[in-house]
Formats: sequence, C-alpha cells, structure tokens
Amino acid sequence: MDLLEYQGKQLFSQYGIPVSPGDAVFTVQEAVEAADRIGYPVVVKAQVHVGGRGKAGGIQLAADADAVRSHAVNILGMDIRGHVVEALWIERASDIAEEYYASFTLDRSAKLHLGMLSARGGVDIEEVASKEPDAIARLHIDPVDGLTEDAARDWVKQANLNPAAIDGTVDVMLKLYRAYEDGDADLVEINPLILTDDGRVHALDAKVTLDDNAAFRHEWSEYEVTQERDEREAAAHAKGLQYVGLDGFVGIIANGAGLSMSTVDIVSQVGGEPANFLDIGGGANADVMANALEVINNDAHVKSIFINIFGGITKGEEVANGIVQALGRVEIRSPIVIRLDGTNADEGRAILAEHESERLVSQPTMIDAARKAVELAGAVP
Amino acid sequence: MSIFVDETTRVVYQGLTGSQGRFYGLRNRDYGTNVVAGTNPKKAGTDVDGIPVFATVKDAVAETGANASCVFIPAPGVADAVIEAAEGGVEVVVVITEGVPAHDEARFFNRLQRDYPGVRLLGPNCPGIISPGKCNIGITAGEIAMGGGPVGIVSRSGTLTYQALHEMTQRGIGQTTCVGIGGDPVPGTSFIDALAAFEADAETGAVIMIGEIGGSAEEEAAEFVQQEMTKPVVAYIAGITAPPGKKMGHAGAIVSGSKGTAAAKIEALEGAGCLIAQNPTEIGSIMAQVVAKL
Repeated sequence: MDLLEYQGKQLFSQYGIPVSPGDAVFTVQEAVEAADRIGYPVVVKAQVHVGGRGKAGGIQLAADADAVRSHAVNILGMDIRGHVVEALWIERASDIAEEYYASFTLDRSAKLHLGMLSARGGVDIEEVASKEPDAIARLHIDPVDGLTEDAARDWVKQANLNPAAIDGTVDVMLKLYRAYEDGDADLVEINPLILTDDGRVHALDAKVTLDDNAAFRHEWSEYEVTQERDEREAAAHAKGLQYVGLDGFVGIIANGAGLSMSTVDIVSQVGGEPANFLDIGGGANADVMANALEVINNDAHVKSIFINIFGGITKGEEVANGIVQALGRVEIRSPIVIRLDGTNADEGRAILAEHESERLVSQPTMIDAARKAVELAGAVP
Repeated sequence: MSIFVDETTRVVYQGLTGSQGRFYGLRNRDYGTNVVAGTNPKKAGTDVDGIPVFATVKDAVAETGANASCVFIPAPGVADAVIEAAEGGVEVVVVITEGVPAHDEARFFNRLQRDYPGVRLLGPNCPGIISPGKCNIGITAGEIAMGGGPVGIVSRSGTLTYQALHEMTQRGIGQTTCVGIGGDPVPGTSFIDALAAFEADAETGAVIMIGEIGGSAEEEAAEFVQQEMTKPVVAYIAGITAPPGKKMGHAGAIVSGSKGTAAAKIEALEGAGCLIAQNPTEIGSIMAQVVAKL
C-alpha cells in the first residue's frame, strides 16, 4: 500500500524525523487558512500516487495568500499522468543548501535490508544508479542485528555528504530505519533529504510503501481511503480478491498467482485478449468464487469467462458449488469455460456435469479451455 | 532417492488442531507420510484422529522422534512457530501459511542462518514438498504425483507446481521430489538450494524449474545452472504477457535493475542452456523428449 507524501511525513514525524511544518488540505479555502497558520513563504504540493509532480506543475512556491489561492485553484483537480489531484500538502518553504537521497528496502537477493544514501539527491536517482553506481553508498543490514549507530555513522561517512550534515543524517537514518522496521514498510524513501542553510537535516519528501501482510498489527484504515484503483479493481478489492484490470475480452478466474498469470499468457498465445488477472487465492470457497464471477460479470468488455482451477487447498467440489451458486445469484452474461483439476476434481466435475450447457463448458486441458474461451468470445483467430 | 524429505521423515504439524491443519495433516497421513504429532499449547494431551497433540515442538520431538515440522499457524504466529520448530530440534520446517509480513520473514530467515544453520526452511506461502510414494508435506494432492524419478521439480508457484506434476504423471514420467519454494519475498529455500540438491541426487536425471515475474531469483538460478548443473533443466516462467507491474519506488527499481521481467528471466535461462516451455502443457512435452534421451 502506497502512502501519499503527507501521510508519509506524518509517519516520519511519529518517529522523530524532522519534516517542515505543514498541513494536508482538500479545498482552496483550507489551503489559504493552512498557509496563514504555517507562515509564508509556503510550498503548495499536489498529493498523488505518482512521481514527476514538479515537472507537471504540481509543486509551486507561494509568497502570500493570493499566490496560495491561485496555485491551489490550478493544482486541485489537475491530472498528473492519469492521477487527479484531490489533496494538497502545504508546508513552510525551506532554504536548501544541499539535496541528498536516502532509502531503506528489502534486498531480496541478499535476503537482508538495504540502505542507500547518496549526495546526489533531488534528481532521478535511477539515472544516478545506472550512470554512477559509486555515487550511492549502500549498506546491508541483518534484520536480527538492526542498524547500530556505529554502522550508520560509517555508512553516512562513505556518502560524501557535506561534513556539516553528517550528525544530522546519522540521526535521521537511525530513525528512518525504525520507521521502516517498526512500521512494516516495504520501502521508505526520502528524496530529497536536505541540508538547510542553517545546518539542519530534514526530509523534504516522503515515499512510503507499507506491507499489506502486516496490516493486522497496525491501524492503517486512514490510508485505505486514499488508495487509487480503477473501478473494477476497487470492486474486486472490496471482496478481498486479487484483481488487475486488463483491456481484453476474455474474463479470467484462476487460483494462485502463477496459474493466474499463466492463464493470462495462454489466452494471449491462442489469439485472445485477457480482460483481467484474477487470483482467487488458496482458501477459495463457494462465496469467493461467486464474488469473482460477479466482478467479471460487471466488466462490460467481457465476452467469455475462463475459469482455470487446479485444486490444492481449493477443493474441486467447492469450486463447482461456487459456480453453481453464483449462476443462481447473478445472471452471468457470458459463456463460461471451466478447466478443473487437482484435489477432489472428480467430485467437482460431477457437480458441473449436472449443469453443463452451451453456456457452461468443461475442457480437460488449459490450452483447449483457452481456445474454447476465445472461440466462444466470437474471436476465432 | 529424493531430496530433503523421504520415508524416514517424521512430521509434527504446528496447527494440526485447526481446520486447515487437520484437513491436510490427515490427508498427508492417508498418503503415507509419517504424521507423528501435532502441537497446540492449549490442547496438549488430546489427539486428532489418533495423532497425539503436544504443547510444543520440543515435546513432540522428545516423545515421537519427529524430525520435520509443517506450519499451518495463522500468519501473525508464524514467526514464533518457525523459531519454536528450530529450537525444538527438527531439521526441516515447511511453512504453508500465506500472508506473513516480509519483515518477519527476513528476521526468521536470518535468525535460522545464524543460530540453526542445519535447519532447512521451506516457504512461507508454499504448497510444501512431496517425494512421491515416500513423504508428502503440505497441500499437494498426492494422487497427481508418481514416484520413481527421474524428474525433480522446483517451483515458485503453487498451482503451477501441481500442473507440472500432473503433466509428468499423465505421461507416465515419475518424479523424485517436487519442491514448492513459495512466492514470498524471502523464501527459506531458493531455486539454487533445490537445484544443487537435485544435481547431487543420483536418481534425479532432469529438473523442471517454474518461475514467475518479479525479483531476480530466476536470473540467479540461471547463473547457477550455467556454472554448476550437468543435468538438463526445463524452465517455464509465468507472466510473459503481464503488464509492467508497479515498481516499489526508485529503490525497488535500483535493486532489481533490468531484472524481473519474464523476458529477462527467459533470456537468462535460455542463455544458461535451459529448455524453455512457452506454456504449462509444453513443460510436459519438452520434458518427455528430455527423459527419452536420458
């Protein structure tokens, strides 16, 4: 789950990381009131889940209330690479002496946490990484040990920062690591981390991605409401389904991420265009299957539905019962092709056999089922 | 021969008294696995269909000689369960549970490396491991597997693992062991661990490797195949047509570089001499040709 900048900064604040005084606002009037309270000059920043805000004109400096008003009018509702701005972050402008880059994330290859720190902040850090890899100081951290102050200091010294920034940066990195670990983040990133003219180090931006699997031990409901999804994805997410919308006409329901991806692949390979990726997961039962069918059925582009289930945890008769129940609950617009195998597949097939028709077809293999689904969609290659 | 588990493996189920643990624990026993114990601190002294339940893994090991554990505990309790299993003295820990926080995984993986280097962790979020005819730990339907070798299977994806077993069995080709390493960020056992074990296993003549988009485990495995493997490897990668996924900020992109796409993985594996299947059915047809030449 990605946080907006202001949510990330509020999280950073809780861990004692210095950020500029600011407020999140949702209307022009609130923006002006916030700026009056904070004190001028302020920066008006668009809050969207996408980079490149500055280039798009979504970040503006304002010296007085009139400027805040005109920037807020312009930025609220602005479309930044497909994301409509609904919130602004108003914060006191900073006197920037230097800009750095700092982050923690999991290095899956090393199976350790990875801290990255660079004196080349405020720019496209990926370009820095590819052209001058040595400009980024990297530190692998064993999660059992955590980040010690000595290790943090040695690391910060390797990053070629202004000597005046070292103490402040060590302090920020220790706190940022705590925010990363205690906060169950997949990523915490500050770009830029700045050294101000008067020698303070603080976070001018905040990018935080939280690990959804850790939601059970945090209070994250306030972040849920600002997540952006397309309409189909929102509906599926509300039903607890893993769904990614695509542009085609064959609706796909499968179990397991691998088999779901594989099903999308094979539909493409036989000349079809998948409408979606939908993984009903391991513990799928009749209700989950019915929900999945409803989500697919609501996609107007879907011309046929391919259900591809290989049973491990998901038992065949549960899948079959789910389809039968869903057919009773919703009027499914499109013909369904099902390929069912694995645990209790015979029991499942027996249930389906009682309901088979031109609209509900069973096929023995993935490739045959994919071909049939494409054929029934009226798109024989 | 087989890798990691065989007929001498004696398994304790952490979470045997829960609905999933009971269903699969009993299924595994029906298959022929030595299911010797369950654990639940609140139900010690009871039994599940004749399988004794102990308070801790340590007790179960002392009383039954268990040497492997299978974890069906809900995600919040998995970190403690893994450490309990290692402390209890088992050699293999198979975690079926999905939804375990990544930070927990990173912590217990590194804790095991340091304090219990002899313990093999498999998962979390994996279907388990089956050495057909000898031992089945986890949620794989045993009837889709067939013993006798010569094919070893290692897979990141649960349902695609079953698919591969099914393809082999339908063609009358036996398997030595099928290892589901799981798709989580910090898998306890990697592709390379399993490939190395298959390379060393006399009965395994060829290996099926099933990967997915994301991360760089397949690329690392490709390097291993090129340098260390003498046995043929048939590889399949799911996600060829998946749209580019959301990257995790700049840091994620830097860590993975150009790696992570299906195209990059397939290129690396092909370059390492693996035979590439374009879809799950092809895994079967290509491996049948490989086995015919063994």
